[in-house]
Amino acid sequence: MTTATLSPIALSKAASFEAQAVKASARRNRLLSLPALIIIGIFGVLPLIIICVYSFLVAAPYGGVQWQFSTDAYLNFLFQRDIFDDTLQFTPDFLVIYLRSFLFAVVTTVICLLLGFPTAYFMATRPPAQRNWWVLLITIPFWSNLLVRTLAIMFIIRDEGLINNALLALGVIDKPITMLYTNFAIQLGLLYAFLPFMVLPLYSSLEKLDFRLVEAAYDLYATRRQVLWRVIIPLSKPGIIAGCLLVFIPALGAYVTPLILGGGIHLMIGDLIAQQFGSGRNWPLGCAQALILMAAVLVALFFYVRNTSGKVQHG
Amino acid sequence: MPEQPGKNAIEVRGVRKVFGTGENQVAALDTVSVSIRENEFFTLLGPSGCGKTTLLRLIAGFDFPTAGEILLHGQDIAPLPPFKRPVNTVFQSYALFPHMTVAQNIGFGLEMLGKPKAEIEARVAQMLKLVKMEALKARRTSQISGGQQQRVALARALAPQPKVLLLDEPLSALDYKLRKEMQIELKRLQHETGITFIFVTHDQEEALTMSDRIAVMSAGKILQVGTPRDIYDRPAERFVADFIGETNFLQGTVVSKKTGVATVKFAGDATIAAGYPEGFDPSGEVTLVVRPEHADLVPDPAKGTIAGTLSNIVYFGTDTHYHVRLEGGQDFIVRHQNSRSSPVTYATGAKVGIQFEEDAARVLKY
Amino acid sequence: MAEPRVMDIKDQPGFRSIAIICLLVLYVPVLILMIFSLNSGSLVTHWEGVTLSWYGTALLNEEFHNAARNTLIISITATIVSTICATLAAIGMTRVKPWRGLAAAFMVINLPLMVPEIITAVATLSFFALIAGTFGLNFGIGNLILAHTVFCIPFAYMPIRARLEDMDLTLEYAAADLYATPWNAFRRITLPLLVPGIMSGAALAFIVSFDDFTITQLVAGPGQTTLPLYIWNQIRRPMTPEINAISTILLMVSILFVSVSFLIARRRAK
Repeated sequence: MTTATLSPIALSKAASFEAQAVKASARRNRLLSLPALIIIGIFGVLPLIIICVYSFLVAAPYGGVQWQFSTDAYLNFLFQRDIFDDTLQFTPDFLVIYLRSFLFAVVTTVICLLLGFPTAYFMATRPPAQRNWWVLLITIPFWSNLLVRTLAIMFIIRDEGLINNALLALGVIDKPITMLYTNFAIQLGLLYAFLPFMVLPLYSSLEKLDFRLVEAAYDLYATRRQVLWRVIIPLSKPGIIAGCLLVFIPALGAYVTPLILGGGIHLMIGDLIAQQFGSGRNWPLGCAQALILMAAVLVALFFYVRNTSGKVQHG
Repeated sequence: MPEQPGKNAIEVRGVRKVFGTGENQVAALDTVSVSIRENEFFTLLGPSGCGKTTLLRLIAGFDFPTAGEILLHGQDIAPLPPFKRPVNTVFQSYALFPHMTVAQNIGFGLEMLGKPKAEIEARVAQMLKLVKMEALKARRTSQISGGQQQRVALARALAPQPKVLLLDEPLSALDYKLRKEMQIELKRLQHETGITFIFVTHDQEEALTMSDRIAVMSAGKILQVGTPRDIYDRPAERFVADFIGETNFLQGTVVSKKTGVATVKFAGDATIAAGYPEGFDPSGEVTLVVRPEHADLVPDPAKGTIAGTLSNIVYFGTDTHYHVRLEGGQDFIVRHQNSRSSPVTYATGAKVGIQFEEDAARVLKY
Repeated sequence: MAEPRVMDIKDQPGFRSIAIICLLVLYVPVLILMIFSLNSGSLVTHWEGVTLSWYGTALLNEEFHNAARNTLIISITATIVSTICATLAAIGMTRVKPWRGLAAAFMVINLPLMVPEIITAVATLSFFALIAGTFGLNFGIGNLILAHTVFCIPFAYMPIRARLEDMDLTLEYAAADLYATPWNAFRRITLPLLVPGIMSGAALAFIVSFDDFTITQLVAGPGQTTLPLYIWNQIRRPMTPEINAISTILLMVSILFVSVSFLIARRRAK
């Protein structure tokens, strides 16, 4: 075997061609993502920057803003300025709404998980043909109009709704139980709205579960409960985290559900923010409230990233 | 090496291919040079990760060499993108277009070359006949079997009449019987079309039975190029001897040396004069390689080249392997073809002699 | 011991009941809502008999026509624009060597999925108010189309990207090997194989745009009522089964598009 002597020209020619051709085609293809990035950049990202700016401005009397720097929006979140002596007084009204929303979101996430996990597991253990039907049946409400679905709940729990009518007819009660426009109504609506958001990610994680591991666990004397807690649940952790996030984030920022089922009496963060842009006419306050919600979401996303990265993926 | 333009279909000159950057740099090909002759069935043989597929991809144009030249009929093709190279590939996964029929797949290359419709049709018909797929020409590629897909992939790559056909482990997805059939079929196609085939495989048996010449590769380098006989009988390196077929490796010491023949002392007191490869200067510790079927067993330990104790007998149907423990503690395998009347029967634990001719042994670097 | 009991290792006690309860919980309220669209009485909760007349009332309503027209203009335009953008972006982000900023670009594309809708809504409202105030620009219904396009892009992007990632890259190499120029390889191989992903993405984009309430409600100007806004306006008046009829129509559209998208995705998996 001999090694042919190489002319330096051949060397540089091949190398430079590689560099040029690959880079040129890669750059050309990269440009294809520009239209999407420009549209989202201008009409998605820029508006977020604008509300950051707005949150440091002063509210104009009839909505909108006046270009004057102020931190009032953030101060107003926790304090109220006394009109007479200009002192700040701690007013927890907004904080209470945030905490209540947080509580709603947590309860929703937990109950959705308790209902969703067995459902997803049951779906994942069906024969393939049956499984497809189950997935379609869960996918339909996932994508169905949330307003209409919330309306369906409203019709059932109204004073003259199906539940009260049935109970009255059966003589269990003699006057309707008030369910609509209560915290219960909101909680029920949130559960109803976000249950499919829990089931689908759990399912896609459980579907990939290697049941030979379950067999191995039984072979090693584990009971059903032990198999569930020690094998199945740990292996489906990525799905559980994804599902919880997919429920928690939209539940925390829910707008339609409390709007219809809370009747403007029991507010959640979403309604509070919208109010500042409507009857409240305090855009900077609304922007500040939105950013505080965004911060909460980012914290949740941060936990998600920290919990999912750096882990060995199964499968 | 004298230039012989026109004689060689492909000439690879000092080609390097490095993947990754900085500390993660891996040289998939480490300055490889090889010439592939016209009308040759040439095989790149080696374990996975040896760089054989990388070399094929460089010839096809899917990757570009970091350094070096690739000449097709004396012309540098390194700057040409794949769609301008008169070279076609049969992919390991076949890569048939799932949204097209068998005939559309076969005609695709000609269509892309802008050939007139009548010519495409005639050529597709000819190709379908060549691979015996006329009956299934209107089928989708998902509706035919693996062996049939293989034929379509071949026909598709041959249809544009490439100067060189590249085959990337095309038989690896087929079961044993079909693979045997396709090996013969491939040889036939190569004869009929007269196209240069460059065949990549990790299967040494496939390489030996099909190739005119083989290049054995390991860790990004070509270790030896030669006819199947050359490679099998006269391995240039320990890796080649080990990778192809079964071999006994014996440690020994060079005691004397003439041109092309070295006398080696091994397994206690035994000595043998054996050949060694060109370019190797045997001295001190060396390896002696002997193919199991080139050795014989004799009942009398004193009559053999070396003596030992029979430790195990393994029956393989066509032949029997005798494992012999030599005096120095090394193991030696002797292969006997079974016949209706095997003359002698041996029992484990027996003292036996192993006999082999001087030209059956070869001296290699330790 | 009597007969040995065969144990299904996949079973967990009680899971079947919970799954069935979940399914009932998800469907019963909606089914009741749909059934009452056929109520011959004028109350949304008191059953009197079967009629289709509420569908007639709904479909003949001028306001409904306007809302339906607005909805279709917005969702069809947003679907087309977002699907084209998403297709290009998916190709530009999978058929390239990894580049600096790729991760950031991916985040930008998916941003509308991560930000709560109410924040997007008020941010978009503020944005359009600002450009209207500063430059005197108002795109009319174009405001809604642009807002919808933004959140439709990631929904269209997901199935298209998944399809591109599933696609065997060797097919594109094979095309190049068979003398197809990059453009021909795209036109003859990549694009035809990508069509199911594009259709699935377009179906999802259409549903999310068609159904959107939150962003539309905050961004919509006068006279820009869409079907979900129309329903919202109806809720605040004395309700008749007409609202059930309209709701049923909306649900049917969702079900149709989800099923189409789902079936395309299933066929792909085979």
